[in-house]
Amino acid sequence: PLISWWGGVQMGPPDPILGVTEAFKRDTNPKKMNLGVGAYRDDHGKPFVLSCVRKAEELITAKHMDKEYLPIGGLGDFSKCCAQLALGADSEVLKSSRNITVQTISGTGSLRIGANFLARFHGGPRDVYLPKPSWGNHTPIFRDAGMQLKAYRYYDPSTCGFDFKGALDDISKIPEQSVIMLHACAHNPTGVDPKPEQWKEISDLVKKRNLLVFFDMAYQGFASGDIDRDAWAVRYFIEQGHNILLSQSFAKNMGLYGERVGGFTVVCNDTEEAKRVESQLKILIRPIYSNPPMNGARIAATILNTPDLRSLWLEEVHFMANRIIKMREQLVAGLKKEGSSHNWQHVIDQIGMFCFTGLKPEQVERLTKEFSVYMTKDGRISMAGVTSANVGYLAHGIHAVTK
Amino acid sequence: MSVFGDVPLAPPVAVFKLSADFREDGHPQKVNLGVGAYRTDDCQPWVLPVVKKVERLIVEDAGLNHEYLPILGLPEFRSASSKVALGDGSAAIKDGRVGGVQALGGTGALRIGAEFLRRWYNGVNNTATPVYVSAPTWENHNSVFADAGFKDIRPYHYWDAAKRGLDLAGLLDDLEKAPEHSVFVLHACAHNPTGTDPTREEWKQISEIMKRRSLFVFFDSAYQGFASGDLDKDAWAIRYFVSEGFELFIAQSFSKNFGLYNERVGYLTVVARDSENLSRTLSQMEKIVRTTWSNPPSQGARIVSKTLNCPELFAEWKSNVKTMADRVLLMRDQLKAKLQALGTPGTWDHITQQIGMFSFTGLNPKQVEYMIAEKHVYLMASGRINMCGLTTSNIDYIAQSIHDAVTKVQ
Repeated sequence: PLISWWGGVQMGPPDPILGVTEAFKRDTNPKKMNLGVGAYRDDHGKPFVLSCVRKAEELITAKHMDKEYLPIGGLGDFSKCCAQLALGADSEVLKSSRNITVQTISGTGSLRIGANFLARFHGGPRDVYLPKPSWGNHTPIFRDAGMQLKAYRYYDPSTCGFDFKGALDDISKIPEQSVIMLHACAHNPTGVDPKPEQWKEISDLVKKRNLLVFFDMAYQGFASGDIDRDAWAVRYFIEQGHNILLSQSFAKNMGLYGERVGGFTVVCNDTEEAKRVESQLKILIRPIYSNPPMNGARIAATILNTPDLRSLWLEEVHFMANRIIKMREQLVAGLKKEGSSHNWQHVIDQIGMFCFTGLKPEQVERLTKEFSVYMTKDGRISMAGVTSANVGYLAHGIHAVTK
Repeated sequence: MSVFGDVPLAPPVAVFKLSADFREDGHPQKVNLGVGAYRTDDCQPWVLPVVKKVERLIVEDAGLNHEYLPILGLPEFRSASSKVALGDGSAAIKDGRVGGVQALGGTGALRIGAEFLRRWYNGVNNTATPVYVSAPTWENHNSVFADAGFKDIRPYHYWDAAKRGLDLAGLLDDLEKAPEHSVFVLHACAHNPTGTDPTREEWKQISEIMKRRSLFVFFDSAYQGFASGDLDKDAWAIRYFVSEGFELFIAQSFSKNFGLYNERVGYLTVVARDSENLSRTLSQMEKIVRTTWSNPPSQGARIVSKTLNCPELFAEWKSNVKTMADRVLLMRDQLKAKLQALGTPGTWDHITQQIGMFSFTGLNPKQVEYMIAEKHVYLMASGRINMCGLTTSNIDYIAQSIHDAVTKVQ
C-alpha cells in the first residue's frame, strides 16, 4: 500500500526554548544576542569547559579503563559523592545509609525516573504541585509518567519577586499526601528563591499538610557560588524530618551538559526500605536505557573525589556564579544610565542563570524584532548570554521598549 | 509511617545476579558464560584499538566542548548510523525518507520506538495493539513494550527445542494468525538468546506474510558485524525488507560491535513512506525524547561518528569487528569438535550453525544448576552461553563440564 502508517501523525509543536535559538541563528544582525537557552557562556559569549573537567579527563584517559556496562543504578563512586554533595558529608541520612541514590540521565532523566516511581508506587493522590511558573519541561515529564499537574502560587508579577503569602495560602489547601515540587535554589524560570525564614515556614506547613516533597536541584553552586549555601533548603527539610525525593543535575555546575550527568535520590526511613526502593528503581530504569552512560559520571566523580580538582571546581563554580552576579549589577547600572525610571532591583535580587525581567510579550517581541535580542515570550532572559561587551546594548534595548 | 512502606522488594535482574554470584565464587576454575559482552582470549574486556585512537583524538581536540546535543542527537552520527544499517547505496536514504533518533543504547532506541508506536501507530491509542516477541527473546523486550504502555504482548513461535533450530512452521503460522497491524519484534541477526537466524529464503517467506497482512516490522539490530564478521551480510534481512517497501523501525546498538557498552550508543532508524511522513514522525519522537532524557549523551556518539565518517578509521573498525567475530567462530568450531571427541551424547551441530555471541546449548535447568553448583561454570537457566566467555585456556574444562552435565544429570 502506498499510504503511510504515519499519515495520522500530527506535526509536533516546535520547542519554545529551542525555537528561540533557531530564530537567533537565522538572524544576520551582528549585534544579535541569544538570551534563550540556559547554558553558561563566558565573558566572550563562548561555551566554557571547566579546567577541572579537562584535568579530570586527562586523569581518566591515562587510566585506560574498559567500557563494560555500568550497573543499572550507575557508577557507585558517582552516586556516593553525588549524594554527599547535596546532603553534606556529615549528613545523618548518609551515615545511616537510609538514602538510595542512582545515577541518571542528567536532571531530566532524574525527574522522569522519580515521576515513574511515583506513578507506580505512590499511594497518595496523582497530583504533583508545581510552582507557578516552573520549568516548562516539568509538566510533560510528569504527565507522560502518568501523574497529573496542579500549581501553587509562586511568582508575583507585581513585585517580580516571591508571592510568599500566595504560596502559603495555596499550599495550605493541598490535599494530604500530594506531591509538591520545590526548586532547591535558582528557581527556573524566575530566579526568585524564598529566603531562609520563608523556607522554614514552608517546611512547617508542608509537614502539617503531610505532603511528599520532591526537590529539583539543577543549580547547586551555580546560584550563590557556594555549594553548601545553595543546598541549604534541601538539608533543612531533611533535618526537619521530610523524607524527600531529590533530582540533581551536573549540566550547569560542571558544564557537563551533553554528557548527561545527574542523580536521583529517595530519602527513606531506613536501609531496608532504601533497598526495596532501589530494587524498584532498577526495574523502572532497565526498560528505558538499561544502564547509564559512563563518561560524564566518571568525570564528575573524579572531580569530587580528587581534593585538588574539587577545590579547583569550587573556585570555577564560584567564578561562573560571580560573573552572572556582575552582569546583573551591570545591567541595572546600564538601565539607570539609559535613564530608565523603572525599579530594576529584581534583576539583582533574583539568582542563578535566569532573570524574569517583567517584560510583557509585546515588549519582548519588539526587543527581538528591533534589537535582535532573543528571549522567551515570558520575559525570561538567560544572564549567561550577557557579557561586558553587550550588556550596554541590552540595557539600551530594554530601556527602549519599556520607557 | 512511610509513603514507601508498601514498596515490595523486586527480584534482581537474572543476568546481573548471575554475574554477581560469579564474582563471589572463589573457585579457581570458575567461568562466566552469562552476560553478553565480548572477551579476548585472555578473558579480558577489549577496548577496540580504533576506539582508543578516536578517544585520544577527541580528548586532544581543544575545539570540542560538552554542550548539549540536539534532541534527536549528533547529526553526523545520525546519518552515519542509517547508512551502516541500510548500506551506502540505499535508495531509501537517497529518497530522503530515512531518519532517526540517537538513543541510549539499543534499549533506548527500542523504548523511543515503542513509546511512539503506542501513541501514533494505528490510531492514537495503541495500548491494545498486540506486540509479538519471539519465544524466547531478550527478556527486556517484554518490559520495554509493557512500560511503554502496551497491554497485549504475545510470543511468536521461534525456537524448536526438539530439533534445536528455528520453528519456521510455527513462526509463519503465528504471522498468518496475528491480528492485522500487530507489531512484530524481529532480530536482524544473531538472535538473542538462541543464536538461530532465519535463512534468506525463510526471511522472504516472513516478509511476504507480513506485507500481505499489514504487520509492523520492528527490527532489533544489536550485533551488526558481530555475527558473521561482515556488516553487509548481517544487514541482509533489514535491507531486504526495506527494498520490499516496508515502513519500519530498526533499533541499532553500537554496544557490542564498537565495544562501547557503557557509553550507551544506539540509534532508532526510521524508514517512512516519504520525507513528509518522516518529518512529522520525528517531530513526535522529539517530544518523547524531551520528557525521557532531553537530549542524548555525546561521548559515544562522537566516537562512532568519527569512526564511521572517516574511511581509514572505518576500515580499521571493520577489521576490529572481524577480529571479534572470528574469535567467536573459532570457539564455536572448537567447542563442537571437543564435544564430539568426548562422545558427548546428542548432536552438537547447532553450536556451529548458530551465530553471534550466544548459543542455546540445549542444557536443561537441572543441568544448568549442575554446571553452576558443581563446575562453577555460570550460564543462564535457559541454557544460553556467551561464546565470548570461552578461551583456549578454559575450553577443555567447559567441554568436559558440559559432557558431565549431560551424562550425569537428566
